[in-house]
Amino acid sequence: MSAAAHLARRHRFRWWELLPWIAGLAAYFAFPTYLAFATQVLITILFALSLDLVLGYAGIVTLGHAAFFGAGAYTVGMLAAQLGWNEPLSGLLAAALVAGAIGLVSGLVLLRTQGLTLLMLTLCTMALLEQAANMGAAWTGGFDGIPGLSFGKILGVFGFDVLYYRSQYLYALAVLLLCFLAVRVLVYSSFGQSLTGVRENLLRMHAVGAPVRFRLVVAYTISAALAGIAGGLFTQATGFVNLAVLGLDRAAGVLIILILGGYGRLYGAFVGAIAYMVLEHLLAKAYPTAWQLGIGLTLMLVALYARNGILGMSDALRRWLQGRAAQ
Amino acid sequence: MTAAMLETKDLCMSFGALEVTRKVNFRLERGARHALIGPNGAGKTTFVNLLTGVLLPSRGSILLEGEDLTSLSQARRVKRGIARTFQINQLFRGLTVHENVSIAVSERLGVGGAMLRPAGKRSDVVAEAARLIDMLKLGDDAGRRVVELPYGRQRLVEIAIALGLNPRVLLLDEPAAGIPSTESHILLDAIATLPKDIAVLIIEHDMDLVFRFADRITVLVSGAIFAEGTPAEIAANREVRAIYLGTALDG
Repeated sequence: MSAAAHLARRHRFRWWELLPWIAGLAAYFAFPTYLAFATQVLITILFALSLDLVLGYAGIVTLGHAAFFGAGAYTVGMLAAQLGWNEPLSGLLAAALVAGAIGLVSGLVLLRTQGLTLLMLTLCTMALLEQAANMGAAWTGGFDGIPGLSFGKILGVFGFDVLYYRSQYLYALAVLLLCFLAVRVLVYSSFGQSLTGVRENLLRMHAVGAPVRFRLVVAYTISAALAGIAGGLFTQATGFVNLAVLGLDRAAGVLIILILGGYGRLYGAFVGAIAYMVLEHLLAKAYPTAWQLGIGLTLMLVALYARNGILGMSDALRRWLQGRAAQ
Repeated sequence: MTAAMLETKDLCMSFGALEVTRKVNFRLERGARHALIGPNGAGKTTFVNLLTGVLLPSRGSILLEGEDLTSLSQARRVKRGIARTFQINQLFRGLTVHENVSIAVSERLGVGGAMLRPAGKRSDVVAEAARLIDMLKLGDDAGRRVVELPYGRQRLVEIAIALGLNPRVLLLDEPAAGIPSTESHILLDAIATLPKDIAVLIIEHDMDLVFRFADRITVLVSGAIFAEGTPAEIAANREVRAIYLGTALDG
Protein backbone atom coordinates (compact mmCIF):
# COMPACT_ATOMS: atom_id res chain seq x y z
CA MET A 1 0.00 0.00 0.00
CA SER A 2 1.45 3.37 -0.94
CA ALA A 3 2.25 5.96 1.68
CA ALA A 4 -0.39 8.31 0.31
CA ALA A 5 -3.04 5.59 0.46
CA HIS A 6 -1.96 4.74 4.00
CA LEU A 7 -2.25 8.39 5.03
CA ALA A 8 -5.66 8.65 3.39
CA ARG A 9 -6.89 5.69 5.46
CA ARG A 10 -5.14 6.32 8.73
CA HIS A 11 -7.97 8.32 10.27
CA ARG A 12 -10.62 5.70 9.51
CA PHE A 13 -12.12 3.79 12.41
CA ARG A 14 -10.87 0.27 12.90
CA TRP A 15 -13.01 -2.48 14.37
CA TRP A 16 -11.05 -2.70 17.63
CA GLU A 17 -11.72 0.94 18.38
CA LEU A 18 -15.20 -0.15 19.42
CA LEU A 19 -13.78 -2.40 22.15
CA PRO A 20 -13.16 0.27 24.83
CA TRP A 21 -16.74 1.45 24.57
CA ILE A 22 -18.19 -2.05 24.60
CA ALA A 23 -16.01 -2.77 27.62
CA GLY A 24 -17.20 0.48 29.19
CA LEU A 25 -20.85 -0.52 28.79
CA ALA A 26 -20.15 -4.11 29.88
CA ALA A 27 -18.48 -2.83 33.06
CA TYR A 28 -21.71 -1.05 33.93
CA PHE A 29 -23.54 -4.37 34.08
CA ALA A 30 -20.67 -6.56 35.27
CA PHE A 31 -19.40 -4.49 38.20
CA PRO A 32 -22.40 -2.61 39.61
CA THR A 33 -20.69 -2.28 43.01
CA TYR A 34 -17.53 -0.77 41.50
CA LEU A 35 -19.17 2.05 39.54
CA ALA A 36 -17.82 4.79 41.82
CA PHE A 37 -14.30 3.53 41.19
CA ALA A 38 -15.00 3.02 37.48
CA THR A 39 -16.29 6.60 37.20
CA GLN A 40 -13.00 7.85 38.62
CA VAL A 41 -11.19 5.77 36.01
CA LEU A 42 -13.23 7.39 33.22
CA ILE A 43 -12.48 10.86 34.56
CA THR A 44 -8.79 10.03 34.78
CA ILE A 45 -8.82 8.73 31.20
CA LEU A 46 -10.26 12.05 30.02
CA PHE A 47 -7.67 13.96 32.03
CA ALA A 48 -4.83 11.83 30.62
CA LEU A 49 -6.25 12.24 27.11
CA SER A 50 -6.10 16.02 27.48
CA LEU A 51 -2.48 15.73 28.57
CA ASP A 52 -1.70 13.47 25.60
CA LEU A 53 -2.71 16.24 23.21
CA VAL A 54 -0.03 18.60 24.55
CA LEU A 55 2.60 16.14 25.76
CA GLY A 56 2.24 13.27 23.31
CA TYR A 57 1.37 15.19 20.17
CA ALA A 58 2.74 18.71 20.59
CA GLY A 59 5.69 17.70 22.79
CA ILE A 60 4.96 20.28 25.51
CA VAL A 61 6.38 18.85 28.73
CA THR A 62 4.22 20.00 31.63
CA LEU A 63 4.09 19.18 35.31
CA GLY A 64 1.20 21.52 36.00
CA HIS A 65 -1.67 20.06 34.05
CA ALA A 66 -3.72 19.60 37.23
CA ALA A 67 -4.07 23.40 37.24
CA PHE A 68 -6.73 23.01 34.54
CA PHE A 69 -8.35 19.97 36.12
CA GLY A 70 -8.58 21.98 39.34
CA ALA A 71 -9.86 25.09 37.57
CA GLY A 72 -12.70 23.04 36.07
CA ALA A 73 -13.44 21.29 39.36
CA TYR A 74 -13.59 24.55 41.33
CA THR A 75 -15.63 26.30 38.63
CA VAL A 76 -18.36 23.67 38.88
CA GLY A 77 -18.12 23.58 42.69
CA MET A 78 -18.22 27.34 43.18
CA LEU A 79 -21.03 27.88 40.69
CA ALA A 80 -23.13 25.30 42.55
CA ALA A 81 -22.23 26.48 46.06
CA GLN A 82 -22.29 30.24 45.53
CA LEU A 83 -24.83 30.76 42.76
CA GLY A 84 -26.90 27.60 42.99
CA TRP A 85 -26.02 26.91 39.36
CA ASN A 86 -26.14 23.12 39.44
CA GLU A 87 -27.30 22.14 35.96
CA PRO A 88 -24.62 19.55 34.99
CA LEU A 89 -24.07 20.11 31.25
CA SER A 90 -23.82 23.89 31.39
CA GLY A 91 -21.58 23.41 34.43
CA LEU A 92 -19.16 21.36 32.33
CA LEU A 93 -19.29 24.01 29.63
CA ALA A 94 -18.40 26.68 32.20
CA ALA A 95 -15.57 24.46 33.47
CA ALA A 96 -14.21 24.14 29.93
CA LEU A 97 -14.43 27.89 29.34
CA VAL A 98 -12.71 28.87 32.58
CA ALA A 99 -9.96 26.23 32.28
CA GLY A 100 -9.52 27.08 28.60
CA ALA A 101 -9.18 30.79 29.41
CA ILE A 102 -6.53 30.03 32.03
CA GLY A 103 -4.78 27.79 29.50
CA LEU A 104 -4.85 30.55 26.90
CA VAL A 105 -3.48 33.27 29.17
CA SER A 106 -0.82 31.11 30.82
CA GLY A 107 0.04 29.51 27.47
CA LEU A 108 0.70 32.90 25.87
CA VAL A 109 3.37 33.52 28.52
CA LEU A 110 4.69 29.99 29.17
CA LEU A 111 5.01 28.74 25.63
CA ARG A 112 7.68 31.30 24.85
CA THR A 113 9.95 29.01 26.83
CA GLN A 114 11.08 25.41 26.44
CA GLY A 115 12.49 22.49 28.35
CA LEU A 116 13.20 22.88 32.05
CA THR A 117 12.10 26.52 32.16
CA LEU A 118 8.73 25.53 30.73
CA LEU A 119 8.48 22.62 33.16
CA MET A 120 9.12 24.92 36.13
CA LEU A 121 6.69 27.56 34.89
CA THR A 122 3.86 25.03 34.47
CA LEU A 123 4.54 23.92 38.03
CA CYS A 124 4.48 27.54 39.24
CA THR A 125 1.18 28.26 37.48
CA MET A 126 -0.39 25.32 39.27
CA ALA A 127 1.10 26.38 42.62
CA LEU A 128 -0.33 29.89 42.14
CA LEU A 129 -3.80 28.50 41.50
CA GLU A 130 -3.48 26.14 44.46
CA GLN A 131 -2.58 29.03 46.75
CA ALA A 132 -5.41 31.14 45.34
CA ALA A 133 -7.84 28.31 46.11
CA ASN A 134 -6.36 27.97 49.59
CA MET A 135 -6.55 31.69 50.40
CA GLY A 136 -9.89 32.54 48.79
CA ALA A 137 -11.69 30.64 51.54
CA ALA A 138 -14.88 32.69 51.26
CA TRP A 139 -15.36 31.34 47.73
CA THR A 140 -13.45 28.08 47.66
CA GLY A 141 -13.78 26.83 51.21
CA GLY A 142 -10.01 27.15 51.61
CA PHE A 143 -8.24 24.08 52.93
CA ASP A 144 -11.49 22.22 53.60
CA GLY A 145 -12.88 22.73 50.12
CA ILE A 146 -16.58 22.64 49.33
CA PRO A 147 -18.32 19.46 50.58
CA GLY A 148 -21.86 18.24 50.15
CA LEU A 149 -22.63 19.64 46.71
CA SER A 150 -25.70 18.42 44.89
CA PHE A 151 -26.42 18.69 41.20
CA GLY A 152 -29.49 18.82 39.03
CA LYS A 153 -30.70 16.05 36.75
CA ILE A 154 -28.83 15.39 33.51
CA LEU A 155 -31.03 16.65 30.67
CA GLY A 156 -33.67 17.01 33.36
CA VAL A 157 -34.12 13.23 33.56
CA PHE A 158 -31.26 11.29 35.16
CA GLY A 159 -30.50 12.20 38.75
CA PHE A 160 -27.16 11.95 40.54
CA ASP A 161 -26.79 9.93 43.68
CA VAL A 162 -23.41 9.91 45.42
CA LEU A 163 -24.16 6.48 46.86
CA TYR A 164 -25.31 4.86 43.61
CA TYR A 165 -23.07 5.86 40.74
CA ARG A 166 -25.19 4.53 37.87
CA SER A 167 -26.04 7.94 36.37
CA GLN A 168 -22.61 9.36 37.05
CA TYR A 169 -20.92 6.44 35.34
CA LEU A 170 -22.96 6.57 32.14
CA TYR A 171 -22.78 10.36 32.10
CA ALA A 172 -18.97 10.26 32.45
CA LEU A 173 -18.78 7.58 29.75
CA ALA A 174 -20.83 9.72 27.36
CA VAL A 175 -18.78 12.86 28.04
CA LEU A 176 -15.57 10.87 27.58
CA LEU A 177 -16.83 9.51 24.26
CA LEU A 178 -17.65 12.99 22.93
CA CYS A 179 -14.33 14.46 24.07
CA PHE A 180 -12.44 11.47 22.68
CA LEU A 181 -14.08 11.87 19.28
CA ALA A 182 -13.12 15.55 19.26
CA VAL A 183 -9.49 14.77 20.15
CA ARG A 184 -9.41 12.02 17.54
CA VAL A 185 -10.58 14.37 14.80
CA LEU A 186 -7.99 16.90 15.95
CA VAL A 187 -4.95 14.61 15.96
CA TYR A 188 -5.64 13.23 12.49
CA SER A 189 -6.21 16.69 11.00
CA SER A 190 -3.60 18.90 9.38
CA PHE A 191 -3.46 20.78 12.68
CA GLY A 192 -2.63 17.54 14.52
CA GLN A 193 -0.01 16.70 11.94
CA SER A 194 1.59 20.12 12.43
CA LEU A 195 1.69 19.52 16.20
CA THR A 196 3.65 16.33 15.65
CA GLY A 197 5.91 18.40 13.41
CA VAL A 198 6.60 20.79 16.29
CA ARG A 199 7.30 17.83 18.57
CA GLU A 200 9.67 16.19 16.10
CA ASN A 201 11.65 19.24 15.00
CA LEU A 202 11.00 22.80 16.11
CA LEU A 203 13.74 24.28 13.92
CA ARG A 204 12.35 22.66 10.79
CA MET A 205 8.82 23.69 11.67
CA HIS A 206 9.91 27.33 11.75
CA ALA A 207 11.73 26.80 8.46
CA VAL A 208 8.57 25.60 6.70
CA GLY A 209 6.88 28.84 7.73
CA ALA A 210 4.53 27.46 10.39
CA PRO A 211 3.24 29.85 13.09
CA VAL A 212 4.67 27.55 15.74
CA ARG A 213 3.83 29.42 18.92
CA PHE A 214 0.28 30.15 17.82
CA ARG A 215 -0.30 26.45 17.12
CA LEU A 216 1.10 25.52 20.51
CA VAL A 217 -1.09 28.06 22.32
CA VAL A 218 -4.18 26.76 20.50
CA ALA A 219 -3.33 23.16 21.42
CA TYR A 220 -2.60 24.14 25.01
CA THR A 221 -5.92 25.98 25.29
CA ILE A 222 -7.94 23.07 23.89
CA SER A 223 -6.11 20.66 26.17
CA ALA A 224 -6.76 22.91 29.18
CA ALA A 225 -10.47 23.04 28.34
CA LEU A 226 -10.63 19.23 28.14
CA ALA A 227 -8.80 18.90 31.46
CA GLY A 228 -11.33 21.40 32.85
CA ILE A 229 -14.20 19.18 31.71
CA ALA A 230 -12.53 16.23 33.48
CA GLY A 231 -12.25 18.33 36.65
CA GLY A 232 -15.88 19.45 36.36
CA LEU A 233 -16.98 15.83 36.02
CA PHE A 234 -15.00 14.98 39.15
CA THR A 235 -16.85 17.56 41.23
CA GLN A 236 -20.24 16.55 39.84
CA ALA A 237 -19.61 12.83 40.37
CA THR A 238 -18.22 13.08 43.89
CA GLY A 239 -20.26 16.02 45.17
CA PHE A 240 -17.25 17.77 46.65
CA VAL A 241 -14.13 19.66 45.66
CA ASN A 242 -10.96 20.33 47.65
CA LEU A 243 -7.33 21.29 47.16
CA ALA A 244 -6.37 17.75 46.11
CA VAL A 245 -7.80 18.46 42.64
CA LEU A 246 -4.93 20.75 41.69
CA GLY A 247 -1.88 19.56 43.57
CA LEU A 248 1.37 18.12 42.35
CA ASP A 249 0.16 14.63 43.27
CA ARG A 250 -2.57 14.78 40.66
CA ALA A 251 -0.35 16.42 38.04
CA ALA A 252 2.44 13.88 38.48
CA GLY A 253 -0.07 11.03 38.68
CA VAL A 254 -1.61 11.79 35.30
CA LEU A 255 1.85 12.15 33.76
CA ILE A 256 2.82 8.71 35.09
CA ILE A 257 -0.42 7.26 33.79
CA LEU A 258 0.16 8.61 30.31
CA ILE A 259 3.76 7.42 30.18
CA LEU A 260 2.69 4.02 31.52
CA GLY A 261 0.05 3.65 28.81
CA GLY A 262 2.12 5.21 26.02
CA TYR A 263 1.96 8.85 24.99
CA GLY A 264 1.18 10.26 21.56
CA ARG A 265 -1.02 7.26 20.79
CA LEU A 266 -4.54 8.35 21.70
CA TYR A 267 -5.29 5.04 23.47
CA GLY A 268 -2.36 5.31 25.89
CA ALA A 269 -4.61 7.35 28.19
CA PHE A 270 -7.13 4.50 28.34
CA VAL A 271 -4.63 1.72 28.90
CA GLY A 272 -2.52 3.73 31.34
CA ALA A 273 -5.40 4.92 33.50
CA ILE A 274 -6.99 1.48 33.74
CA ALA A 275 -3.67 -0.29 34.38
CA TYR A 276 -2.49 2.21 36.99
CA MET A 277 -5.75 2.55 38.89
CA VAL A 278 -6.61 -1.15 38.89
CA LEU A 279 -3.07 -1.99 40.01
CA GLU A 280 -3.26 0.65 42.73
CA HIS A 281 -6.64 -0.69 43.85
CA LEU A 282 -5.52 -4.33 43.97
CA LEU A 283 -2.18 -3.59 45.64
CA ALA A 284 -3.84 -1.41 48.25
CA LYS A 285 -6.18 -4.29 49.02
CA ALA A 286 -3.45 -6.91 49.17
CA TYR A 287 -0.79 -4.88 51.02
CA PRO A 288 -2.52 -1.99 52.77
CA THR A 289 0.74 -0.80 54.33
CA ALA A 290 3.19 -1.09 51.44
CA TRP A 291 1.18 -0.89 48.23
CA GLN A 292 3.13 2.10 46.93
CA LEU A 293 6.21 -0.11 46.80
CA GLY A 294 4.49 -2.28 44.21
CA ILE A 295 3.48 0.76 42.12
CA GLY A 296 7.03 2.10 42.31
CA LEU A 297 8.56 -1.19 41.17
CA THR A 298 6.14 -1.47 38.26
CA LEU A 299 6.93 2.05 37.11
CA MET A 300 10.66 1.41 37.34
CA LEU A 301 10.28 -1.66 35.15
CA VAL A 302 8.26 0.32 32.60
CA ALA A 303 10.79 3.17 32.61
CA LEU A 304 13.70 0.77 32.15
CA TYR A 305 12.31 -1.75 29.70
CA ALA A 306 9.24 -0.26 28.03
CA ARG A 307 10.02 3.33 27.14
CA ASN A 308 6.93 3.60 24.96
CA GLY A 309 4.61 2.30 27.65
CA ILE A 310 2.29 -0.67 27.57
CA LEU A 311 1.05 0.08 24.05
CA GLY A 312 4.64 0.43 22.84
CA MET A 313 5.37 -2.96 24.38
CA SER A 314 2.44 -4.58 22.60
CA ASP A 315 3.59 -3.01 19.30
CA ALA A 316 7.05 -4.47 19.79
CA LEU A 317 5.54 -7.86 20.59
CA ARG A 318 3.38 -7.75 17.47
CA ARG A 319 6.37 -6.86 15.28
CA TRP A 320 8.37 -9.68 16.85
CA LEU A 321 5.59 -12.18 16.18
CA GLN A 322 5.23 -10.95 12.59
CA GLY A 323 8.98 -11.26 12.17
CA ARG A 324 8.89 -14.86 13.40
CA ALA A 325 5.94 -15.68 11.19
CA ALA A 326 7.77 -14.25 8.18
CA GLN A 327 10.83 -16.43 8.76
CA MET B 1 19.80 48.04 -12.72
CA THR B 2 16.67 45.97 -12.06
CA ALA B 3 16.07 44.60 -8.61
CA ALA B 4 17.76 41.27 -7.97
CA MET B 5 15.69 38.33 -6.78
CA LEU B 6 17.57 38.49 -3.50
CA GLU B 7 20.03 41.16 -2.53
CA THR B 8 21.98 42.13 0.57
CA LYS B 9 23.32 45.61 1.22
CA ASP B 10 26.26 46.11 3.57
CA LEU B 11 25.14 43.11 5.60
CA CYS B 12 27.03 42.78 8.88
CA MET B 13 26.77 40.32 11.72
CA SER B 14 28.84 40.07 14.85
CA PHE B 15 28.67 37.76 17.82
CA GLY B 16 30.15 39.99 20.50
CA ALA B 17 33.52 41.14 19.22
CA LEU B 18 33.61 38.46 16.54
CA GLU B 19 32.62 39.77 13.12
CA VAL B 20 31.31 36.82 11.12
CA THR B 21 29.71 38.73 8.25
CA ARG B 22 31.44 41.88 7.03
CA LYS B 23 29.73 44.34 4.69
CA VAL B 24 28.44 41.71 2.32
CA ASN B 25 26.89 43.15 -0.84
CA PHE B 26 25.49 40.17 -2.65
CA ARG B 27 23.09 39.74 -5.57
CA LEU B 28 21.23 36.58 -6.45
CA GLU B 29 19.60 37.05 -9.84
CA ARG B 30 16.31 35.58 -10.97
CA GLY B 31 16.83 32.03 -12.19
CA ALA B 32 20.45 32.04 -11.07
CA ARG B 33 22.34 28.86 -10.26
CA HIS B 34 24.74 30.46 -7.85
CA ALA B 35 27.30 28.79 -5.61
CA LEU B 36 28.75 30.19 -2.42
CA ILE B 37 32.09 28.68 -1.50
CA GLY B 38 34.78 29.40 1.03
CA PRO B 39 36.95 27.72 3.62
CA ASN B 40 35.48 26.36 6.85
CA GLY B 41 34.48 29.14 9.20
CA ALA B 42 34.11 31.68 6.38
CA GLY B 43 30.58 32.45 7.56
CA LYS B 44 28.60 30.69 4.84
CA THR B 45 25.98 29.13 7.09
CA THR B 46 25.69 32.37 9.08
CA PHE B 47 24.95 34.10 5.79
CA VAL B 48 22.12 31.62 5.07
CA ASN B 49 20.80 32.08 8.60
CA LEU B 50 20.72 35.85 8.03
CA LEU B 51 18.90 35.45 4.71
CA THR B 52 16.25 33.17 6.25
CA GLY B 53 15.76 35.16 9.44
CA VAL B 54 17.15 32.63 11.92
CA LEU B 55 19.58 35.43 12.82
CA LEU B 56 18.98 39.15 12.61
CA PRO B 57 21.86 41.21 11.19
CA SER B 58 23.72 43.79 13.27
CA ARG B 59 23.63 46.17 10.31
CA GLY B 60 22.64 46.25 6.66
CA SER B 61 19.56 45.05 4.83
CA ILE B 62 18.14 42.14 2.88
CA LEU B 63 15.85 42.72 -0.11
CA LEU B 64 13.65 40.28 -2.00
CA GLU B 65 12.84 41.76 -5.41
CA GLY B 66 13.55 45.18 -3.98
CA GLU B 67 11.32 44.66 -0.93
CA ASP B 68 12.98 44.97 2.47
CA LEU B 69 12.79 41.74 4.48
CA THR B 70 15.35 42.57 7.13
CA SER B 71 12.96 42.70 10.08
CA LEU B 72 10.56 39.95 8.98
CA SER B 73 10.27 36.69 10.94
CA GLN B 74 11.42 33.38 9.57
CA ALA B 75 7.85 32.27 8.88
CA ARG B 76 7.04 35.48 6.96
CA ARG B 77 10.11 35.08 4.80
CA VAL B 78 9.09 31.51 3.97
CA LYS B 79 5.69 32.83 2.91
CA ARG B 80 7.45 35.35 0.64
CA GLY B 81 9.22 32.48 -1.05
CA ILE B 82 12.56 31.83 0.66
CA ALA B 83 13.15 28.15 1.45
CA ARG B 84 16.23 26.42 2.70
CA THR B 85 17.79 23.09 3.52
CA PHE B 86 20.09 22.57 6.47
CA GLN B 87 23.73 21.55 6.61
CA ILE B 88 22.79 18.91 9.17
CA ASN B 89 19.44 17.22 8.51
CA GLN B 90 16.53 18.88 10.26
CA LEU B 91 13.69 16.46 9.66
CA PHE B 92 10.63 15.16 11.45
CA ARG B 93 12.49 11.98 12.30
CA GLY B 94 9.65 9.96 13.78
CA LEU B 95 7.29 10.67 10.88
CA THR B 96 7.17 9.07 7.46
CA VAL B 97 8.77 10.63 4.40
CA HIS B 98 5.33 11.36 3.04
CA GLU B 99 4.27 13.10 6.25
CA ASN B 100 7.49 15.14 6.28
CA VAL B 101 6.78 16.55 2.85
CA SER B 102 3.02 16.90 3.52
CA ILE B 103 3.69 19.16 6.50
CA ALA B 104 5.63 21.56 4.29
CA VAL B 105 3.02 21.51 1.54
CA SER B 106 0.17 22.04 4.05
CA GLU B 107 1.89 25.09 5.48
CA ARG B 108 2.45 26.55 2.06
CA LEU B 109 -1.19 26.06 1.08
CA GLY B 110 -2.23 27.61 4.39
CA VAL B 111 -4.10 24.55 5.66
CA GLY B 112 -1.60 23.58 8.37
CA GLY B 113 -3.94 24.84 11.08
CA ALA B 114 -7.13 23.20 9.78
CA MET B 115 -8.68 21.10 12.51
CA LEU B 116 -11.60 19.20 11.04
CA ARG B 117 -10.65 17.45 7.83
CA PRO B 118 -8.26 14.49 8.18
CA ALA B 119 -4.83 15.32 6.78
CA GLY B 120 -5.00 12.26 4.54
CA LYS B 121 -8.15 13.57 2.85
CA ARG B 122 -6.47 16.71 1.55
CA SER B 123 -5.91 15.24 -1.87
CA ASP B 124 -4.10 18.35 -3.18
CA VAL B 125 -1.52 18.13 -0.37
CA VAL B 126 -1.18 14.35 -0.61
CA ALA B 127 -0.76 14.39 -4.38
CA GLU B 128 1.82 17.16 -4.41
CA ALA B 129 3.85 15.50 -1.67
CA ALA B 130 3.78 12.27 -3.67
CA ARG B 131 4.92 14.13 -6.81
CA LEU B 132 7.91 15.67 -5.03
CA ILE B 133 8.81 12.33 -3.45
CA ASP B 134 8.81 10.68 -6.88
CA MET B 135 10.87 13.51 -8.32
CA LEU B 136 13.59 12.81 -5.75
CA LYS B 137 13.34 9.06 -6.35
CA LEU B 138 12.12 8.48 -2.79
CA GLY B 139 8.97 6.65 -3.86
CA ASP B 140 9.99 3.30 -2.37
CA ASP B 141 10.59 4.87 1.02
CA ALA B 142 7.55 7.18 1.14
CA GLY B 143 5.86 5.14 3.87
CA ARG B 144 8.97 4.62 5.98
CA ARG B 145 9.89 6.72 8.96
CA VAL B 146 12.74 9.09 8.21
CA VAL B 147 14.80 7.76 11.11
CA GLU B 148 14.94 4.37 9.37
CA LEU B 149 16.49 5.77 6.16
CA PRO B 150 20.21 5.98 5.40
CA TYR B 151 21.64 9.47 5.78
CA GLY B 152 21.95 10.04 2.05
CA ARG B 153 18.25 9.35 1.50
CA GLN B 154 17.43 11.69 4.37
CA ARG B 155 19.32 14.47 2.55
CA LEU B 156 16.88 14.08 -0.32
CA VAL B 157 13.93 14.43 2.07
CA GLU B 158 15.45 17.77 3.17
CA ILE B 159 15.27 18.94 -0.42
CA ALA B 160 11.77 17.56 -0.98
CA ILE B 161 10.56 19.57 2.04
CA ALA B 162 12.16 22.76 0.72
CA LEU B 163 10.62 22.20 -2.71
CA GLY B 164 7.25 21.60 -1.05
CA LEU B 165 7.33 25.27 -0.08
CA ASN B 166 7.36 26.18 -3.77
CA PRO B 167 10.14 28.72 -3.27
CA ARG B 168 11.26 31.61 -5.45
CA VAL B 169 14.63 31.46 -3.73
CA LEU B 170 16.07 28.11 -2.69
CA LEU B 171 19.06 28.04 -0.36
CA LEU B 172 20.84 24.69 -0.23
CA ASP B 173 23.33 24.43 2.62
CA GLU B 174 25.75 21.65 1.64
CA PRO B 175 23.04 19.47 0.12
CA ALA B 176 25.50 16.80 -1.03
CA ALA B 177 27.20 16.38 2.36
CA GLY B 178 26.68 12.76 3.34
CA ILE B 179 25.29 11.68 -0.04
CA PRO B 180 27.42 9.01 -1.72
CA SER B 181 28.90 10.51 -4.89
CA THR B 182 27.11 7.83 -6.89
CA GLU B 183 23.80 9.33 -5.76
CA SER B 184 24.57 13.04 -6.09
CA HIS B 185 23.25 12.98 -9.66
CA ILE B 186 19.73 12.50 -8.25
CA LEU B 187 20.23 15.80 -6.50
CA LEU B 188 21.52 17.57 -9.61
CA ASP B 189 18.72 16.09 -11.70
CA ALA B 190 16.20 17.40 -9.20
CA ILE B 191 17.69 20.88 -9.31
CA ALA B 192 17.81 20.74 -13.09
CA THR B 193 14.06 20.12 -13.25
CA LEU B 194 13.22 23.15 -11.11
CA PRO B 195 11.36 25.96 -12.85
CA LYS B 196 13.92 28.25 -14.46
CA ASP B 197 12.84 31.37 -12.61
CA ILE B 198 13.66 29.94 -9.16
CA ALA B 199 16.94 31.36 -7.94
CA VAL B 200 19.10 28.68 -6.32
CA LEU B 201 22.02 29.42 -4.01
CA ILE B 202 24.09 26.39 -3.13
CA ILE B 203 26.77 26.16 -0.47
CA GLU B 204 28.98 23.22 -1.22
CA HIS B 205 32.45 21.85 -0.64
CA ASP B 206 32.30 19.34 -3.47
CA MET B 207 33.99 21.41 -6.21
CA ASP B 208 33.04 18.92 -8.88
CA LEU B 209 29.38 19.50 -8.04
CA VAL B 210 29.85 23.28 -7.79
CA PHE B 211 31.39 23.57 -11.22
CA ARG B 212 28.77 21.31 -12.79
CA PHE B 213 25.93 23.21 -11.19
CA ALA B 214 26.80 26.89 -10.95
CA ASP B 215 26.73 29.63 -13.53
CA ARG B 216 28.09 32.07 -10.98
CA ILE B 217 30.32 31.59 -7.94
CA THR B 218 30.94 33.81 -4.92
CA VAL B 219 33.92 33.15 -2.67
CA LEU B 220 33.49 34.12 0.96
CA VAL B 221 36.56 34.44 3.18
CA SER B 222 36.47 35.56 6.81
CA GLY B 223 32.92 36.85 6.43
CA ALA B 224 33.61 39.09 3.44
CA ILE B 225 33.22 38.56 -0.30
CA PHE B 226 36.66 37.74 -1.61
CA ALA B 227 35.90 37.13 -5.25
CA GLU B 228 32.92 36.67 -7.52
CA GLY B 229 32.50 35.63 -11.13
CA THR B 230 31.72 32.87 -13.58
CA PRO B 231 33.13 29.42 -12.86
CA ALA B 232 35.84 30.03 -15.45
CA GLU B 233 36.84 33.32 -13.83
CA ILE B 234 36.94 31.79 -10.37
CA ALA B 235 38.93 28.80 -11.56
CA ALA B 236 41.43 31.16 -13.18
CA ASN B 237 41.75 33.43 -10.13
CA ARG B 238 45.19 32.73 -8.67
CA GLU B 239 44.41 34.09 -5.22
CA VAL B 240 41.28 31.95 -4.93
CA ARG B 241 43.22 28.91 -6.05
CA ALA B 242 45.88 29.69 -3.50
CA ILE B 243 43.60 30.00 -0.49
CA TYR B 244 40.88 27.59 -1.35
CA LEU B 245 40.74 25.76 -4.62
CA GLY B 246 44.35 24.72 -4.98
CA THR B 247 44.06 21.19 -3.76
CA ALA B 248 40.56 20.63 -5.11
CA LEU B 249 41.46 21.55 -8.72
CA ASP B 250 45.04 20.42 -8.97
CA GLY B 251 44.64 17.25 -6.99
